[in-house]
Formats: sequence, structure tokens, C-alpha cells
Amino acid sequence: MLFISQLLNGLQLGSIYALVALGYSMVYGIIMLLNFAHGDIIMIGGYIALFSIASGVHPALAVVMAIVGCMLLAMLIEKAAYKPLRSAPRISLLITAIGVSMLLQNVAQLLFGAGARSFPSSSIINAQNLSFGGIQISITAIVTIIVTIISMLVLTFLVQKTKMGKAMRAVSEDLGAAQLMGINVNHVVSFTFAVGAALAGIGAILYCCRYPLVSPTMGSLLGLKAFVAAVLGGIGSIPGAMVGGLAIGLAEVLVTAVGLSAWTDGVVFAILIIVLTFRPTGFFGRSMMEKV
Amino acid sequence: MENQKHISMPVRYGINTTLIVLFLIMGYVLTSSGFTNRAQTSLILQIGIYIILAVSLNVATGYLGQLPLGHAGFMAVGAYSCGIFWKSSLASALPTPISIFLGLVVAGIVAAIFGVLIGIPALRLKGDYLAIITLGFGEIIRVAIINLPSITGGTPGLLGIPKHSNFIVVYLCVVFTIVAIHMMMKSRHGRAILSIRENEIAAESCGINTTYYKVMAFAFSAFFAGIAGGLYAGFQGLLVPKSFDFMASINILVMVVLGGMGSMIGSVIAATVLTALPLLLQSFNTYRMIIYSLLLIIVMIFKPSGLMGMYDFSLSRILERILNRDFPWKKKKGDEVNV
Repeated sequence: MLFISQLLNGLQLGSIYALVALGYSMVYGIIMLLNFAHGDIIMIGGYIALFSIASGVHPALAVVMAIVGCMLLAMLIEKAAYKPLRSAPRISLLITAIGVSMLLQNVAQLLFGAGARSFPSSSIINAQNLSFGGIQISITAIVTIIVTIISMLVLTFLVQKTKMGKAMRAVSEDLGAAQLMGINVNHVVSFTFAVGAALAGIGAILYCCRYPLVSPTMGSLLGLKAFVAAVLGGIGSIPGAMVGGLAIGLAEVLVTAVGLSAWTDGVVFAILIIVLTFRPTGFFGRSMMEKV
Repeated sequence: MENQKHISMPVRYGINTTLIVLFLIMGYVLTSSGFTNRAQTSLILQIGIYIILAVSLNVATGYLGQLPLGHAGFMAVGAYSCGIFWKSSLASALPTPISIFLGLVVAGIVAAIFGVLIGIPALRLKGDYLAIITLGFGEIIRVAIINLPSITGGTPGLLGIPKHSNFIVVYLCVVFTIVAIHMMMKSRHGRAILSIRENEIAAESCGINTTYYKVMAFAFSAFFAGIAGGLYAGFQGLLVPKSFDFMASINILVMVVLGGMGSMIGSVIAATVLTALPLLLQSFNTYRMIIYSLLLIIVMIFKPSGLMGMYDFSLSRILERILNRDFPWKKKKGDEVNV
């Protein structure tokens, strides 16, 4: 009984991680950048949804606004901060990403205050828990899992079947060669950031429905864990992000169920270290040899 | 250029030692005679601690070319081991100077052991993975500190640490750190570390054991971070896990990056300025993190090597230039000086 509801719990959390992890994974696959600001885009998405619902916008429209807001923000960040550094050493790019993440967090803190605000989750998903012979099943969890599956299917279609997806795959294979074949790399990179941010926006709404609090630092730990999920699955790989996200979500719920909830964050990172020690490219990652 | 005047090595050492001792006496007199008030003295101590942290992180970031994001974790390990040592040595008959010394040594060694432990799995990986694994390590340390209250005091913190960090202790540690790191970087080990930064594959094919040197540089960096942690424990008198979070690591990284990765004088200047500014300008504090993050982005876009680049300060070199009347603005064509 308890097992099933815990499993569902883990799947719900894991789905959110997977959605966020995809954003990391896709961006890394294309420009080899750990986008530290990704987690903070989620936070901004949460605030957009919160404020638009508070000002009387229809919840469905608020969700769309949050997603579009995340996309625009991510594209702006890419143009302003990452594009000038595309040929710079990777370490500079990484430090810039850390800077962007800090900037978003602190600007949010200045504008919205450091404290957490409660999120009107009931106006987005308003349903009681179902109960089947003693098993409590949360509707939010079911909705989260279904939305995630749909998003994954759409994303897979986008990457595998459309022209833009083909261009994305080409750029991630070899940026220089793709450019020579007439692919507009700048468009593809912007598009990738936008898609990643849209998934982050969906993740933000689902996350806020599960933990109905929005605060300037909510994105940092969520982002880090999602990043761990992406690394675990093999960064740059879409199925890897899904598997990694579910693995982290289930592991977290398991640790909590055993009664060690205070150790959750430690366990997540310990899993990362152990996996990377034995399989440095994660579950599904391609191993890349550096050419001299 | 046969008639160049050179300053011989013993004279160089003499000049440097004299300056170090003079500065020590000056600082001691100023801080103990009541010339500086309490706030100023504590500012000086904090600057010293941050100089050690920045210079030690520079070993891993600037010289080795990796990006560890868990420097505060090593600092935490050092701080807690030193704090516990000093607390327990209060009851023993150990004379205070020896206890201070042993505490700092313990702090450094424990942190270095952690550095090796994390270094072995982490350094098999490249850049980004290393960054994230050290970040994870920093978080694990913090979670462990919170969850082991019997040893570390948990969330409320470790209280009642004797306040051993006075000017002389901090100053000597700063000098020791800078001299030790400078000497190592001038040795063949230092050159091996630099060669890994420049090109790992080329270094490896020249017969340099890259893993060994990476772990060594990492442990070195952790050792001094541990000492800085010990000084921090003796400065604050209490330790809370919150002061060693991810933001603390980033704070140190900002100093190194702004100062110039690979420049010791850059780290020292950046650590001094960035520690002093928020305390001197209270109103600055609200916008401090925003300005830091903007600075970080702007510096990376316009001058990725940091404000000082890889320039390193050398008093003897400047003196020699003055002796030889060889000033940069008189430089002739085809007479490029490698700085």
C-alpha cells in the first residue's frame, strides 16, 4: 500500500527532475556548456505563474505565460552572456554561467524579497486525492507523470522528425561542419535554449504544484539535482536524462522512506560520485576521445 | 645585454625577509596598541583568511586549470577539525602556541586527506564533471556536518572555540601559504602542474604523470584551504554549517577569477578588495551579490584572463629594471620582454 504511493511519489519527483535535466542535457550536447542558470530560470517561471495568477489571469493562460517567459529569458541570456564567449575556453563559459545564475537569484531576491511565497497550486490542478481501497493516489502526481510523458514524446518527435531537430543533431555532432553545411548555428543554439527553457517552465509549474512555495533560491538545489540526473543518465542524451531523473527521484523518495530524510541531498551527490567513478560518461553517454 | 645589473639571490631573499618582518612588526604594533579599533582589526584578519583561501584555490583553478566548486567544503573540514582540536586542547596542559600550531597542522592535513579522497575519483574526469563532482562533495560535507551533531554541533553550530586567530597567527599563515605555493610553483612540480594546464595530452606524452600531479595540486590547494578554515574557526569562535555552503565557494572563486587565474598578486588584491568593500560600504551590501555576478560576467566577456591576467609581482624584477634604467615605456622594437 505504502509502497505504491511512495513509488508514485518518486515517479512524480523523478519526472520533474527529468524535465529539468533535459534542458541541461540538450544545451550541453550543443555548446558543451553547463548552464548553471537553468535552475534559476525555473524560479523565474514560478514567479511569473504566481504573479499572473495573483493578478487575476486565468490559470491556463498563466501557465502559458510562465513557459513563454522562461523561453524568452533563456534566449536573452544566451544572446547576452553566452554568445560572445562561444569560442572562449570552456572554463570562462562555465564561470559566466555561474555568474548568470547568481545574478538571477539576487535580482529576484531584491525584487520579490528573500522570503518564500505560497503558490496557488489548487487553481492549476484542483482535485482531491483518489483512494482505492486504502491507497491514496495523488492526482497531482498522475498529472505530473502524464504531462512529462507527453512532453517527452513531443520532444522526441521534435528532435527526430523535424528539420530543426535534424539541425540540432547535426550541430551537436560537429558545430563547425554543420555551419559549413549551411545550418544557421545561432538559430539552432537559440532554439535549443528555448526548448530547454520551455521544458523548465513546465517543470516549474509541476514543481510548484508539488511544493507550493516560490522563493528566489528554489531553483538552485532543484537545478543541481536535475543536473546530477542529467550527468547520471549521460549528458547530451535525451533518454539518459529521463532515466537519470527517474533514478534520482526514486532514490530520494527511498532515502526519505527509510527515515534518513535529512541525508537526501548528500545521498544524491554520493550517487553521482559513485556512478561517475565507475562510468565517467553516465548510463547512456557517448565516450568522447580527445583528438590531438 | 652583458652589462645588465642583477640582484643576487641572497640579496633578494634578504630584501623579502626584511619586508616580511617589517610588515609583521608594523601590523602587530598597530593592532595591539589600540591604533586600529576592533572592527578594523577583524577586517584585517578576515582579509588574511580570504587571501589564503583565494591563493589556495588559485592553485587548482589558475595553475592546474580545473574548476573545483567545493572549496568551502575543504575550508569546512579544516575549520571543524581545528575547532574541535582547539576546544579539546583547552582542557589539556598544552601550551597555547603549540596548541595553535598543532590545530592548524591538523586542519591542513585533514583537509588535504579529503582533497586526495575527492581528487582521486574527480580528477579522472574532465573539466565540467570535475566542477560538478567537487560541488557535490561540498554539499555532502555540509549535509554531513548538519547531520552529525554529536561531533560538529549540527545546525546550531560548534560553540566555544578559543579565539586564537590574532594578527600574528593569521599573518604568519598568510606568509607561509604564499611562500610555500610560490616555491612549489617555481619547482619542477610546479612546472609539471602548469604544463597540465596548458595541454594535458602534450604533458602526458612528455612523461608527466598527470593524475599524480593533479591529485597533488588538489591536495595542496585543500591543505591551505584547511588552514584558512582553522583560522576562520579561531576568528569566529563558533562555526555554523551555513557559512560553508555553495555561495561561500563561489565567493572565493569570484576572487580568483577577478584577480586573474594564475596570478598570485591578482588573488591577493582581489581578496583584499572584495573582503574590505562590503565591510567599508554598508549600503553596498544590498547590491553586493548583484555587482559580483555582473562583474563576473563582464570580466569573462571582456577580459577572460581576469584583471591581472597571469602577471605575477616580483619586487626584485622591478628593482632590477630600475637599476638597469629599463622601463617598459622605453622598450625598443624586437626587444620583447616576456612578462
